[in-house]
Amino acid sequence: MIKLSKIEKYYGTYHALRDVNCHIKEGEFFSLLGPSGSGKTTLLRTIAGFEGIDSGTVMIGGQSMDGVPPNMRPTNMVFQSYAIFPHMSVAQNVAYGLRSQRLDNAKTAEMVAESLAKVGLAGYGDRAAHALSGGQRQRVALARALILKPKVLLLDEPLSALDRQLREEMQSELRRLQRSLGITFVLVTHDQEEALTMSDRVAVMFEGQIAQLDTPQALYKHPASKRVAEFFGAMNVLKAEIIEVDGDTATTRIEGLGVAELAIPTGASAESSFCAGVRPESMTILDDGEQAYAKETSATVAEVEYRGEMTYYDVKFEGSDTPVVVSMRNTSNRELRKVGQQVRIGWESASAVLLLDQN
Amino acid sequence: MMKRLQLDSDARRGLSQISLPFAFSVLLLAAPLTILLAMSFWTQDFLTLDRTFTLANFKEAWTSPVYRTLMLRSLKISIIVTVLTVGLAYPAAYYMSFVAPNNRKALLVFLITIPFWTSYLMRIFLWKVILGFNGVVNGSLMGLGIIDAPLDWISYNQFAVVLTLSHAWLPFAVLPIFVVMEKVNRSYLEAAQDLGDTPFQRFLRITLPLSMPGVVAATLIVFIPTIGDYVTPRLVGGPDGLMIANMIEIQFKNANNAPLGAALALSALVLVSSVAGIFVWLNRRYLKAEGAA
Repeated sequence: MIKLSKIEKYYGTYHALRDVNCHIKEGEFFSLLGPSGSGKTTLLRTIAGFEGIDSGTVMIGGQSMDGVPPNMRPTNMVFQSYAIFPHMSVAQNVAYGLRSQRLDNAKTAEMVAESLAKVGLAGYGDRAAHALSGGQRQRVALARALILKPKVLLLDEPLSALDRQLREEMQSELRRLQRSLGITFVLVTHDQEEALTMSDRVAVMFEGQIAQLDTPQALYKHPASKRVAEFFGAMNVLKAEIIEVDGDTATTRIEGLGVAELAIPTGASAESSFCAGVRPESMTILDDGEQAYAKETSATVAEVEYRGEMTYYDVKFEGSDTPVVVSMRNTSNRELRKVGQQVRIGWESASAVLLLDQN
Repeated sequence: MMKRLQLDSDARRGLSQISLPFAFSVLLLAAPLTILLAMSFWTQDFLTLDRTFTLANFKEAWTSPVYRTLMLRSLKISIIVTVLTVGLAYPAAYYMSFVAPNNRKALLVFLITIPFWTSYLMRIFLWKVILGFNGVVNGSLMGLGIIDAPLDWISYNQFAVVLTLSHAWLPFAVLPIFVVMEKVNRSYLEAAQDLGDTPFQRFLRITLPLSMPGVVAATLIVFIPTIGDYVTPRLVGGPDGLMIANMIEIQFKNANNAPLGAALALSALVLVSSVAGIFVWLNRRYLKAEGAA
């Protein structure tokens, strides 16, 4: 549906987008995830037509968007501030884009009502725009964009202004809307949890570049670099030393933990330096006599953080000073460990990933 | 009961903050207005004032053709000046707010204020020099051989009054429009374009209605003072350009009829207030939405 090739953009001397290439498929829920200043909003605005590019091409639905202004593109956008026109009622806002279609009043009213119903605001048409709550504004912005039946709906951090509960509610609602309409959604967010729960695929951006593009599960399980790994949830990053390379896998000595066979991440070269990442939940503190894991390492408990459902332990492996977080689900018969206690940590090769250690 | 009489600290602080300006405005605005009102119902009896209540002054102010002509002429001139000024100020403010780059805006606002560096009176005299019988315009045109005799329609008439007043009030009209335009959330403009508007449609549907509060403010700022201006008509107006304020001045000074002057002043005040009130009422829907950004 959207094909971005070799996109470069500068603001003066600032290099905002660097060699961005990606292909967003039809009917996909696609997220652009990155910290602020990573270029994700710039990229979205490039697709919408609000930002020009210095080189590269944007294709939407097989057509080049070169020189096509925003009002002529088959995209509609939900703005971060929602941009609900303050001098119009809800219905006037929703009907805004219909004017060029020259429909009669009855048809317009019918479409507005239908569109408002879709976002759960049936009967709100006569409300003044300024009499709406944040969540309602967001829904109006959605209805206003969706009524035009765009090929692509662009969402610029649409949930960041909402409180937590409303945000979670809107996440599942957006997902449901996207599935039922089958429209391609492109979402910009800085919230990794939001990207993970809502998207079919996520492009992680740093400094104007796509660092990794994959499904949420793949990004979580096999982040390519230390930066991507740390962006998604908690990740213990440990020093890694490659002993032997055999095709796609490397026998690696992980600081304190031991030796494991790890897959070499894509984009690695002879000059790359590596480190190892281990998720807190992929290691286990073994009970006495328990032998469920292929590998074992002994460690000392340095800190215990009890959080109800889970307990987070800071442990130190023998011969290493780096504190490593291990999380344990508090099942009914599991005892809490104490600070200073010697424990056995159970793990396996699949617990760790080899990460590119760049920047 | 006691509780209700006690003010909370916020209210007390608020009162103490407004008390000084409040006293000031009572002294300089409310008191003179009250005196004017009282005086308008009295009668001048040579050197003394006859303080019996009468409506004769108002009757004369509203029925005598001289005063009515002057009143309508003042209204006409100030409406022309207002339309001209606001009409010119709008594109200027639009340029400053939407076209000029952000780092240039402060400079432009500064440039707008340059006319204020010269006194109002000085600027009127400059227009006299420019428009006068042997002035810059006539002198140049005659020197170039375009005209044989000085143009008589450019000075000492209503045209000169309109020109001078418009020039004097233009900056005052630009600033409120500019300020309101600056507050227009730029994402409204992008949203409108995203929803299919061409730039011109977007201007009509979003920019213009959202900048109307500034237009209303500019209109009032120009209209209200110009209707009562008497320096400009006095200096560049000639007999044809005299306005109601000149007549009020004459009644208070030369004609020694302060009560009639007071009645004329109050009549002008009522006229201005009603025209301004109607104008605001007509634009009420634009003023309501303001602040809901």
